[in-house]
Amino acid sequence: MIEYLPPGSVLLIGAFLVPLLRGRLLQAYTLPLPLLSAWHLFSLPAGHTVDLEVFGYSLQLVRADELTPAFGAVFHLASFLCFLYSLHVKDRIQPFVGMLYAGSAIGAVYAGDLISLFIFWEGTALSSVFLIWARRTERAYGAGLRYLVVQVGSGVLLLAGAILHYVGTGSLVFDHLGLETPGGPLIFLAFGIKAAFPFLHNWVQDAYPEATVTGTIFLASFTTKLAIYALARGFAGTDILVPIGAAMTAFPIFFAVIENDLRRVLAYSLNNQIGFMVVGVGIGTTQAINGAVSYAVAQILYEGLLFMTMSAVLFRTGTALGSELGGLYRSMPWTTGFCMVGAASISAFPFLNGFIAKIFVLTETAEAHHTIAFMIMLFASAGVFHHAGIKVPYFAFFAHDSGRRVKEAPLHMLLAMGTAAALCIGIGVYPDPLFAMLPHAVEIAVFTTSNIVGQLQLLLFSALAFCVLMLAGQYPPELKSTNLDTDWLYRRVAPRFVATVAAGISQTYADFSAGLKRVLSNAGTQLRNMHAPQGALGEPWSAGTSALWAAVLLCAYLLIGYL
Amino acid sequence: MSLDSKASGRKAFIVVVVIGALSVLVDLTYEKHGHMPVENWFGFHAWYGFVSCVALVFAARGLRRILMRDEHYYD
Repeated sequence: MIEYLPPGSVLLIGAFLVPLLRGRLLQAYTLPLPLLSAWHLFSLPAGHTVDLEVFGYSLQLVRADELTPAFGAVFHLASFLCFLYSLHVKDRIQPFVGMLYAGSAIGAVYAGDLISLFIFWEGTALSSVFLIWARRTERAYGAGLRYLVVQVGSGVLLLAGAILHYVGTGSLVFDHLGLETPGGPLIFLAFGIKAAFPFLHNWVQDAYPEATVTGTIFLASFTTKLAIYALARGFAGTDILVPIGAAMTAFPIFFAVIENDLRRVLAYSLNNQIGFMVVGVGIGTTQAINGAVSYAVAQILYEGLLFMTMSAVLFRTGTALGSELGGLYRSMPWTTGFCMVGAASISAFPFLNGFIAKIFVLTETAEAHHTIAFMIMLFASAGVFHHAGIKVPYFAFFAHDSGRRVKEAPLHMLLAMGTAAALCIGIGVYPDPLFAMLPHAVEIAVFTTSNIVGQLQLLLFSALAFCVLMLAGQYPPELKSTNLDTDWLYRRVAPRFVATVAAGISQTYADFSAGLKRVLSNAGTQLRNMHAPQGALGEPWSAGTSALWAAVLLCAYLLIGYL
Repeated sequence: MSLDSKASGRKAFIVVVVIGALSVLVDLTYEKHGHMPVENWFGFHAWYGFVSCVALVFAARGLRRILMRDEHYYD
């Protein structure tokens, strides 16, 4: 029986018990459920499929192949860490939607056809928005609405693309698609929105920092990595992904340097990290796909860890603004340490998990002779260390003492952060279990002297640049501010444009109706005047005048009759 | 001494300088096998990282002039 259930369904079904539980019982329920779901996944035989016939369409609800295990495993690991981190949450809506969200993401990875994929795809959108709304602030409400519009829009594009694909090819199978296939461009765009391509990216930075303390960790784990999986499945080797990905690695770091909300800085760094995966998918060789997949696995761990540390800071101090923080290493030494592990991992220090993934992608980019993309990615590697590796821990835990004296993060949060940190180091030192889950056999030598020394030089001199700029007073200080990004277009320009057009239309309508009223009332006055007792037609005529007019009319009629 | 004092900042700076210099000197001891030819230059990653970050910060400061608004801009 259970082999007919798609992976993730344990979480999807299990979620509906959450509203009935509370207190310790709820805690005891949420924690083992991801483990049970993982056991269900790994009990399925290799190459397992579940095929369905629905209304004459053949669907494949489950398809396990070489691309799925790494995503399946890391999504389960992430959901376990998220629930561990959220143990204190009393609000039952969050574990409820968190389970639906994680279950949908896992289900989507194993969906073998485009319609099943669409259903799970929308499932992730509709469930995750409540993790933003659960913050219960006006900002979160607005950000959630915008997030929902974008996410559902992505789903609609996916469905439209799937229909076109079916009409064009007679198949709904979700395998390599490419841009040339019918419906391909629409599906590519749908994936691109969720992967936060440049100009389609801003929902990440808009919504993630507005989510609840724990909701952000869920959000940072699933949606964008699901998009990477989908791109790797459908669009591996699509050339345009290389420049798109390279641009993604670079542009967010400029915003990250000047952003004050440290959770938003991390949202920019997330965008930058996804860029490296997109480049890997675009190159599309076996080793580049290995790189994209190992990047996704590594990034879920270190980005999750970094978000956990900043959310712990938000939980204890009530703010994640760099301008309000500093000196917290005194109060939160463990969180500080874990943050530094995450920072070193995202910066790809040798012998941490980020290093392995980065070497895969860089090596394959060079092999494919994408020189410009390579140099941009090297710049972005230095830049990510600068903002996520140094700026985030520096302004939160060191910099100037903010005078805040708070308690260390709660034990369950420390355990979640500690586990993620241990995995960042563990995989970095001993990557074989990760390699065993990758879609292809690993053929790249990661730990060469050139790779290690080169990366160390890059990072140390980035750190040196930070020190020099800081000591010279040239580093931009953390300021309370809002920085405009593409969301400005739909939060300011579009509403103002619509307001201007609407005002123009209502003014035109007002002018038109006033004019019409004037014309009609003038005509009425004229008529009244003409037919009034003293008017031209209203006053009595003499019998002679009437007879004369009757004769004129009869003559005219006679003439017309003969013409 | 606290870790957020000016003195510890200067100490960190000295540590970074020393380790950084060592990492560049290591280049003399082995044959480089960079992915790109340019990576085989002496200390390539060091100056590329340094210049990248300085350029990044100055570009970001310029960006701030254009993009920065009040904290409650959208509220």
